[in-house]
Amino acid sequence: MLKDKDRIFRNLYGFEDPGLKGAKKRGAWDGTKTFLTNGRDWVIGEVKASGLRGRGGAGFPTGLKWSFMPKVSDGRPHYLVVNADESEPGTCKDREIMRHDPHLLIEGSLIAGFAMGSNTGYIYIRGEFIRERERLQAAIDEAYDAKLIGRNNKHGWDFDLYLHHGAGAYICGEETALLESLEGKKGQPRLKPPFPAMAGLYGAPTTVNNVESIAVVPDILRRGASWFSGLGRPNNVGTKLFCISGHVNRPCNVEEEMGIHLKELLERHAGGVRGGWKNLLAVIPGGSSVRCLPDDLCQNLPMDFDSLSALKSGLGTAAVIVMDKSTDIIRAIARLAYFYKHESCGQCTPCREGTGWMYRVLDRMARGQAHKREIDMLLEVTYQIEGHTICALGDAAAWPVQGLITHFRHVIEERIDQYSANPAFEGEVREPVAAE
Amino acid sequence: MSVRRLDPIQPENFQFSAANLKWAKAQVKKYPPGKQASAVIPLLWRAQEQHDGWLPEPALRAVAEMLDMAYIRVYEVATFYTMYNLSPVGKYFVQLCGTTPCWLRGADDLKEVCRHVIGEQNQVTEDGMLSWLEVECLGACTNAPMVQINKDYFEDLDAKGFEKLLTDLREGREVKPGPQNGRQFSCPEGGATTLLNGSAPSVAKRVTKTKAKGKPQRGGK
Repeated sequence: MLKDKDRIFRNLYGFEDPGLKGAKKRGAWDGTKTFLTNGRDWVIGEVKASGLRGRGGAGFPTGLKWSFMPKVSDGRPHYLVVNADESEPGTCKDREIMRHDPHLLIEGSLIAGFAMGSNTGYIYIRGEFIRERERLQAAIDEAYDAKLIGRNNKHGWDFDLYLHHGAGAYICGEETALLESLEGKKGQPRLKPPFPAMAGLYGAPTTVNNVESIAVVPDILRRGASWFSGLGRPNNVGTKLFCISGHVNRPCNVEEEMGIHLKELLERHAGGVRGGWKNLLAVIPGGSSVRCLPDDLCQNLPMDFDSLSALKSGLGTAAVIVMDKSTDIIRAIARLAYFYKHESCGQCTPCREGTGWMYRVLDRMARGQAHKREIDMLLEVTYQIEGHTICALGDAAAWPVQGLITHFRHVIEERIDQYSANPAFEGEVREPVAAE
Repeated sequence: MSVRRLDPIQPENFQFSAANLKWAKAQVKKYPPGKQASAVIPLLWRAQEQHDGWLPEPALRAVAEMLDMAYIRVYEVATFYTMYNLSPVGKYFVQLCGTTPCWLRGADDLKEVCRHVIGEQNQVTEDGMLSWLEVECLGACTNAPMVQINKDYFEDLDAKGFEKLLTDLREGREVKPGPQNGRQFSCPEGGATTLLNGSAPSVAKRVTKTKAKGKPQRGGK
């Protein structure tokens, strides 16, 4: 288990003062000036050496991402954009950082901004987090007042940090949709290339990073890259905030070492699966977008990027959604399909039409009102959506359904058999409507 | 996607209050010159707050004019983002999270309470106090099931407590936002399993010097 002294988010549960005084007591803003004096290359080098992989879901190496920014400005400003549009079902870690340890995020933003030659940063927070927005804004104001950020600040790198909010659109967590939204448009993703590092916000070089990725940077620099890379296993290093929800006895957020085994994570911190470990049916290990894993694959499961992608699932945002044997797994995945149907931005046909189509079929399957041949048809449709859209929402909508069919086909078949044996009429059967 | 239309019954005009106008002008300054359109989402949101929780059509025109945007661009934004209520809502607007993590922990029971106490979705009670809507994941999954009422999250709910919460709001009694079962934010119920000795100094070399002091244990009971 991760030792308390190795934890980065020491006010995760809000027992202590989230303000500047409390944050400084916990070590924030300590030595920041030295990091900036060491220079841009040193900062990027340390972040690269630490092996930090982006915490927003895709796991792209953060230092490498920063190094894509032009070394010298061609006259266009550079922008840092922090993605705080946390909306992936199961995920609620950035919220804790923003309301309980906001200064780590602000300090990280200054350092990241410096590393990419940016004098302006925007934090894009989801619209529903109204109280979190107030807390974070208060912390930003505090940092301005103490001359930690802003023009002519103590650290010698002019950096303005603005808080911007959305208004309820999951798709704005996708980096180019977020940039569109930040420019005052509908949140519809852009085609890449050009990548944001070349043409992002207002057409200028931009890097978009997740809140957690940015907030861990100051501590990595303070304690050294080797400290961070010494936790976990190669290519999957450091600490990670896990969000444990669903059928556990004590759902919680917890910071743990990357690669902790699922069973240990659940039993040590979340009071174990409801009804005991044997009562486990399935786990969605990384937020709703990854494929679920049945209990037999969960026995000795290290929670890191590579182990989970080897099982065709993913660490995603490390949002562990636990389901016990009482769960109607078809209904659970159908509800996720409804989520994607609701959140599709409507730009690409396979996603706009496909998400609704998948939901309607799954909704029937949950009632057993389907043919067995439709299972393969549904699987086929998921492959038609995956990889055929501008952004990854199409993939994210397809994967949970693929996970369901791969691991729980027998449940769907049983449900169909049950219904055909006793076809009780349950409510009205809805006619499918195109583009609903 | 969801189909969203403006309400058929609209007020004749909309004007930002003096305080909100001042606030709006400050917002625009966050963005580079010429990029004032960036402020459209915050401004529409403020207009909604000023207008009893829903966004009237004249407000779209007012914001378009203020930001020098084509009306259709503002209209697009208002109909794309689901936090803009395009029809009137209750004084207390309940957004009930129904996505899988909350559903696993009993969001359906809360929906029943809403139907029983308030009525169908998007219908305002006769006294104008309450209305509700099922929304997608609100990002408080470790505190499921939960609802958002106006600005606040109410977490770790059960049917009985939720019904009482709605009654209290309707009758003007004070309510406490956050987890309703007495737990500390997203800390495990009953006590933390980590961070038991208060915050440690951040720099590694100092950690070795500082022994855990006899601070009160926060874990367990």
